[in-house]
Amino acid sequence: MKSLQRALVGFGRFWWDFLVGDTPEIFITVVMMLSVLAGVSMWLHHASAAVYVYPVVVLGALLVSVRRAIKR
Amino acid sequence: MATLSHGAVAGNVILCLSVFLASTVEMVEALTIVVAVGYSQSWKSALRGVYVALGVLAILVAAFGPALTSIPRTQLHVVVGGVLLVFGLQWLRKAVLRSTGYKDKHDEDKIFEETSLLVRQQASERAAFVLSFKGVFLEGLEVVIIVLTMGSSAHKVGLAAITAIVAVALVAIVGGLAARQLSNVPENALKMAVGLCLISYGTFWTGQGMGLRWPGNDAALLVLVAFFSLGAFLMVAAFRPRVANVHV
Repeated sequence: MKSLQRALVGFGRFWWDFLVGDTPEIFITVVMMLSVLAGVSMWLHHASAAVYVYPVVVLGALLVSVRRAIKR
Repeated sequence: MATLSHGAVAGNVILCLSVFLASTVEMVEALTIVVAVGYSQSWKSALRGVYVALGVLAILVAAFGPALTSIPRTQLHVVVGGVLLVFGLQWLRKAVLRSTGYKDKHDEDKIFEETSLLVRQQASERAAFVLSFKGVFLEGLEVVIIVLTMGSSAHKVGLAAITAIVAVALVAIVGGLAARQLSNVPENALKMAVGLCLISYGTFWTGQGMGLRWPGNDAALLVLVAFFSLGAFLMVAAFRPRVANVHV
């Protein structure tokens, strides 16, 4: 039982380090972007501008993260 | 005979390029550790660590590859695209910071010296095996995740796996011949290229999974790569001069 618990903790820690690590802002931004996209997904078929806005938002996330690292 | 559209060909090329470059970068890092262990302690233990690690990684691909491809494509694109976005942004952020001088470049010579020292201090066959295994397994795990996520979303796990194997073999051959010249590999440029490919794929797939209709279908990937490359180039150009002032 203890080894299973240890394996689960290790598995969770691996994914935490892998996805969040020292850049939580990237993870949070991606989750927020996907949540917003999911929220408006029923209108996305008609919103052709979204294909231009979405990559700009992704690049914005990179810019924010780079600036945050430089300020640190 | 079925023919591929230009967009699909572009998608395959970017898939292979991402997997190949990511595998090359990670395997250069792993090879540095293996060579250090081999030189300092024992080639037998170092190579045993490599074989066992590669075996475990191959089992992971074989176990999770088919399972991932059975998930409905729309959901798979959102989840996998999200992981690729996070992963790609992390890689690209690191590459931009290294290009601007805000983060130290990856120094293979330093890693070689540190690993050699560690092996000499521990001076045991078991420690040599563990270090070699950990180096290959941990670096290889990132490659496995890229192979599985990108391969399963494009329904081309086989192509992605073969590309990774070719890259690993190439690094092993070149590394074997060049031994300690691994520091000459332009690692940051490769990391930048991989980051660009990963966020392009991540943006494309998450958008597609959520209902966006990309103009030109798969060919939009090329536009995304070009757009993000321009963005990264501008960021490096914008932040670089300030570092020069700081260090003067």
